[in-house]
Amino acid sequence: MALKGAVVVDRERCKGCSVCIVNCPTQTLALAKEVNSKGYNFAYMENPDNCTGCTNCATVCPDTCITVYRVKV
Amino acid sequence: MDIKDIIKPENRVYAKSKILTDTPMHYCPGCSHGTVHKLIAEVIDEMGIQEKTIGVSPVGCSVFAYNYLDIDWQQAAHGRAPALATATKRLMPDKYVFTYQGDGDLASIGTAEIMHACNRGENIVVIFINNAIYGMTGGQMAPTTLLGMKTSTTPYGRNVELNGYPLKITELIAQLDGTCYVTRQSVHNSAAARKTKRAIRKAFENSALKKGTSFVEVVSSCNSGWKMTPVKANEWMAENMFPKYPIGDIKDV
Repeated sequence: MALKGAVVVDRERCKGCSVCIVNCPTQTLALAKEVNSKGYNFAYMENPDNCTGCTNCATVCPDTCITVYRVKV
Repeated sequence: MDIKDIIKPENRVYAKSKILTDTPMHYCPGCSHGTVHKLIAEVIDEMGIQEKTIGVSPVGCSVFAYNYLDIDWQQAAHGRAPALATATKRLMPDKYVFTYQGDGDLASIGTAEIMHACNRGENIVVIFINNAIYGMTGGQMAPTTLLGMKTSTTPYGRNVELNGYPLKITELIAQLDGTCYVTRQSVHNSAAARKTKRAIRKAFENSALKKGTSFVEVVSSCNSGWKMTPVKANEWMAENMFPKYPIGDIKDV
């Protein structure tokens, strides 16, 4: 059994602090090249295939802008 | 499997707590305040005590905590949050009352209030954010600033002869008989954040059991005040703050 996950980042709330990126054990996340309306490079799933839905990114996100989904496959 | 098949409500394992309002936080990117607010919100949500919780916000960046957590709040004068929390808890003993204070608030101007509230063993929860600096006013030296640490008022680093030693106020408070649970945690990574959440939950449960004052220190970063990126600030904190402020339970009775 493997776990497959996905995250949804609220782009407008994200301030691009990168704390989620260094806490991701599977190197799923990265900062986007584009910016949100406040000028922050927001986090996004650069390698969506890696995500296991461990919720580490969401747990440390200071702005609580990450929602995590997980399925067993 | 396609991402669209994963992103469905039935597969959701983590979402923003409903106790947190939709107001965007004014904190700097990567500020520990946001993480601690979130953990408090999750504990209140899981315990189902939204209607019974009263927070006392301090003076400092987190004065606006009342905009972010959908519970009842009071706002205290600088350092006086434990005094206000004492009155609130004594007038409404069935409520969960907590204070949320920074190190400039709790360890400096509010030292008398926090010492005596803890010594009386008021059944309140104290959340103490220690980032070793006065964050809101521009990064001045606080009692908890580390030796040699550069701040806007100690540009050559904190000097013992001039500024004295960093104040380990949590250890002082642990010696008071009124406290039942004194712990020091951090939120720099996910494991630490989960432990902090358990500590906050235990503190709120102690309040209901009338065991005395529960004191949770969270060693935090102030990346703007420290002039670092959020990630670098967390690394610096683990490297330099933890030797002086070791993580773990100091007292648990």
